[in-house]
Amino acid sequence: MNPGEKTAEATSPAARAAAPRAPASEPPRLTVELASYSYTPEGGAPLFTLEATSFVAPARELTAILGRNGSGKSTLLRLLAGTLAPLSGRVKLEGFEVSRLDLRTRAQRIALVQQETPLLFPVRVWDFVIQGRHPYSRGLRFENEEDRAVARQALVEAGADHFRGRWMHKLSGGEKQRVVLARALTQQPLLLLLDEPTLHLDIAAQVDLLRRLRRIAADRGYAVVVVTHELNLAAEFADRVILLDGGKTLRVGTPAEVYQQDLLQEVFGTLLHVEVSSRGTPKVTFIGKEA
Amino acid sequence: MIRPLTPRRLLLTCAGLGGILLLVVFFSLKFGTRSISVTDLAVFLFRTATGRGDTAASDFRLIILDIRWPRILLAMIVGAALSVAGASFQALLRNPLADPYVLGVSSGAGLGSILTLIWAAEMPAATPFGAFAGAVLATSAVYLLGQRGGDLDSYALLLGGIITASFLSALIMFLMTTISGRELRGMAFWLMGDLSTPSPVPAGWLVLVLVLGSGAIYTTAADLNLLLSGEQEAMHLGVDVGRVKIVVYLGASVLTGLAVSVSGAVGYVGLMVPHLVRLLFGSDYRLLLPATALGGAIVVVLADTLARTVVAPTQLPVGAMTALVGAPVFIYLLRRRIA
Repeated sequence: MNPGEKTAEATSPAARAAAPRAPASEPPRLTVELASYSYTPEGGAPLFTLEATSFVAPARELTAILGRNGSGKSTLLRLLAGTLAPLSGRVKLEGFEVSRLDLRTRAQRIALVQQETPLLFPVRVWDFVIQGRHPYSRGLRFENEEDRAVARQALVEAGADHFRGRWMHKLSGGEKQRVVLARALTQQPLLLLLDEPTLHLDIAAQVDLLRRLRRIAADRGYAVVVVTHELNLAAEFADRVILLDGGKTLRVGTPAEVYQQDLLQEVFGTLLHVEVSSRGTPKVTFIGKEA
Repeated sequence: MIRPLTPRRLLLTCAGLGGILLLVVFFSLKFGTRSISVTDLAVFLFRTATGRGDTAASDFRLIILDIRWPRILLAMIVGAALSVAGASFQALLRNPLADPYVLGVSSGAGLGSILTLIWAAEMPAATPFGAFAGAVLATSAVYLLGQRGGDLDSYALLLGGIITASFLSALIMFLMTTISGRELRGMAFWLMGDLSTPSPVPAGWLVLVLVLGSGAIYTTAADLNLLLSGEQEAMHLGVDVGRVKIVVYLGASVLTGLAVSVSGAVGYVGLMVPHLVRLLFGSDYRLLLPATALGGAIVVVLADTLARTVVAPTQLPVGAMTALVGAPVFIYLLRRRIA
């Protein structure tokens, strides 16, 4: 068993519930208070509305946002990232409203790993990762030894250190995802957001990535929020999940609290079976045939 | 192999390219309808530099200082301006095939220059302003044509550019052929690019505009590196995308207007040079922009030297030389992109 597996075992939801890692007095890192958003074309009816939602994402924890396509996951993520300002309510990071932070400060506090990172010209892994120091530099400033040390550490934590001299466009999907994660860690944020980071990854790479995220959340004290379609991975690795449906926040809680068979069947519109393992982790099995 | 960009590496690279540029300029001064020996030229340049150039024969001075040098200086300015504009358009429009000529920005600047020459014939120094306005309008048109569903579409942008270029070239031809009796520079000048006519504006002013335009773009070099991954990505890393786009858009338009007002539409320099520099030194804009400026100067001086010597005493437009090399490079890049 490698150390990663051990960590995963020790931090199963049941074990995590029994052993809180944050001091009780520590306020939540990210607080969402009745935040809502609506896409409205000029003079028209709203195309999509994310109804008022409230939850917290504490430091050292992994929060997963779940829901079908078009349920509002990406809109919610953009509210958390501060690129959208809520129509009502607030999204606060350590007491500051994220959409009001200036761009540079926001980039020092929030890192976002997007689904796709298009590259126009070939770039080496190291040069890509060091870009994460951009919010800390001004003008043309060249990276100093501190920046390089931060980038090296991030590459190690993301598991990308051994290919830092390679070209980005020659990496596999899993390797590229680790490099993008390393750049986000180089930003040294308080809040790490990831938009479907396991998309296009094989199952081993998916598990590896989520294990790393858990370890990073614990070691660096980050609040990590992941948008995902992978119900079982979320159940295994997330401390809390937020279930969205049609712009409504249906449930917020631990995977065991949220993964109710009837609820999931209704949200995902398919027959499925939920069973809970001896460790208290729910497991979802999809039933292909009509019952 | 990782070679982090340090100020030392930046300076060494620029010094190396500067050395090559000096060498190219030296040989460009040597070659021409009348060839001058290397020794004679070296002695003359040394004497001129030390303030004793008056002792040389007057025809010798005339050829070197009054005929070849101004043209070489113009070639350097045009090369640097077009290359920096090309590299900037590539990042701004996130399209590796962007180039002031291909996008029709040069044609816009050409049309702007011609209209200024027609309307304000008594003020030839106003031409660069007309060229700048034409470049800004053409870039805006191409930018709008390249939009598809709220995003910049690579191929829509390229097609938009090609169509804008041919439409504006047709307008230039129309104006050139119907408005006769005016002292306008030849058709080849505006459509192909030509360095044989001296600039109506003193070279010192041209250098100043080149330095200001490139300098403004250079202040955003670190931001441009991030803009290559898209506007959203850049914004999440703290880049003020709106400000960077305006600076680069205006800067690149100024540079294109500058080049076109003195040389017409020299093609493909802004495409070839940045790609060549990327292959050699990587795509970090903090190094790419100054290296591209020097590389552009080298390439256009070389191209113009060839243009005035290969079929001497007949002189070709410099744009014919750059297009002969540039068009195949464009096709190669396009095919590689499709593959």
